[in-house]
Amino acid sequence: MAKTIDQYFDNLRGTRVWRSIFRSGTGSSTLKRALAIQQNVFLHLFSTKVRTRMLSFSATWYLGTLTLGTFLILVATGIPLMFYYHPSAPQAYADTKDLQFVVSSGLFLRNLHRWSAHAMVFLVFAHMFKVFYRGAYRAPREFNWVIGVVLLLVTLLLSYTGYLLPWDQLAYWAITVGSNIASAVPVIGEKIHFLLLGGNAVNANALLRFYVLHCMILPLAAMFFVAIHFWRIRKDGGLYSHGSEPATVRASAETAAAPAKEGQ
Amino acid sequence: MADSKDFIAGVDSNAKKSPRRIVFITRRTSAQVKAETEDQVQTFPEVLFRAAVAIMSLAVVLVWIALVFNAPLEGLADPSHTPNPAKAPWYFLGLQEMLHYFPPVVAGVLVPGLVVMALIVIPYFKVNIEAGGLFLKDRQRRLQIFYVVASALSLFLLLFKVYAALVPTLIMAGVMLVAAQSSPQSPSAFRRYLAGRPLSYWVMTWFLFELVVLTAIGTFFRGPGWEFVWPWQG
Repeated sequence: MAKTIDQYFDNLRGTRVWRSIFRSGTGSSTLKRALAIQQNVFLHLFSTKVRTRMLSFSATWYLGTLTLGTFLILVATGIPLMFYYHPSAPQAYADTKDLQFVVSSGLFLRNLHRWSAHAMVFLVFAHMFKVFYRGAYRAPREFNWVIGVVLLLVTLLLSYTGYLLPWDQLAYWAITVGSNIASAVPVIGEKIHFLLLGGNAVNANALLRFYVLHCMILPLAAMFFVAIHFWRIRKDGGLYSHGSEPATVRASAETAAAPAKEGQ
Repeated sequence: MADSKDFIAGVDSNAKKSPRRIVFITRRTSAQVKAETEDQVQTFPEVLFRAAVAIMSLAVVLVWIALVFNAPLEGLADPSHTPNPAKAPWYFLGLQEMLHYFPPVVAGVLVPGLVVMALIVIPYFKVNIEAGGLFLKDRQRRLQIFYVVASALSLFLLLFKVYAALVPTLIMAGVMLVAAQSSPQSPSAFRRYLAGRPLSYWVMTWFLFELVVLTAIGTFFRGPGWEFVWPWQG
């Protein structure tokens, strides 16, 4: 009898090499499935089980997941873009032109990076409002909301620093308008403005600073806070954790859950 | 429990010396575990596969957009040639619209600073903790406070001629008045919904409304010299 693909995959997962890498072996028992989450350095941020209610589309609109999706696309497109880019004026503009007309698929890479960046800013805002209207910031999840606000700011800074990198008129004047706001801070405004740009106006120093922030510091900060953000979901009891529901919702959830339990 | 002389309550972990131990269970530390009665599913595969499908669908949409629409690229950066209008990225255009009405220290520092502070403190002020309708309790006093706050805010916006922010404020105030006249027994489902909305809902919805309106005006309705233009006037 011919083996199915599933059986080949099961055999693969049973091999010594596979098990040495992933630590959990073959099988689709509840235990094995729990271990698949728990024994993986990335997936163990999540809990092994979630409430069934959390799966419905209306619970989250998948906005957090989609935000992670845009971030992954941005990392995947951002790294090849870095290969073709020099953060120096006016070479940066020539590199962007090359991406547009010379590099194969360069135009597509840049388009995907730019539209994903806009999508990420939009999704982060949408995620925040959805969480607010759902009341999902209630205790014990207060601090995860605060981490979310930090991630909103990191996302805005990521998008803002990336805006300058093409070094065209649009980039130059958008950053000039934005960075002038920093000068309005009382007393230390001019110092902040100078620190941000490495000069009194947007110039080659500003481009280098924004490049380092955009490609190095802010992505690391985002990953750091995203890891805590995910881990805290598990630690705080997961979506629809009993304690975080308002009394009215708790009461209606109990009456709704009661008939389902009888049916089992 | 009359002959309770054969043991002494005390702290002692030496099993040879005192083989009998007592466990004190006080009322607050019951050993009973609260069991979850709710249905649960395994994260793998139920959640992970759904997440993968969601992310892949998003990737398909974004790839299509990237294939059809090109990212903008203008001429080389030229510090001596200022475009009119010079616009920030779209998510800052609400702020730039505010800069048109207020001094930079207010619109650029105070307002965004207060917004971030307000967002951070939301969960710590027990905002919306019981999610009760704003006007369902203590109706007369709350209506008075609402009238004072709404008229003060509207007058302030009127004095600074911030019509772009005034109109959403007036619309929200109107909807809140409808909510104040509604109750959970209202015949219309929409009015029952409005009656049940708590204060935090109204504040956040007003903020969202202003954010969307100001950003849209800054993006589509502002031309040279930050004058009002229609989107099709280029």
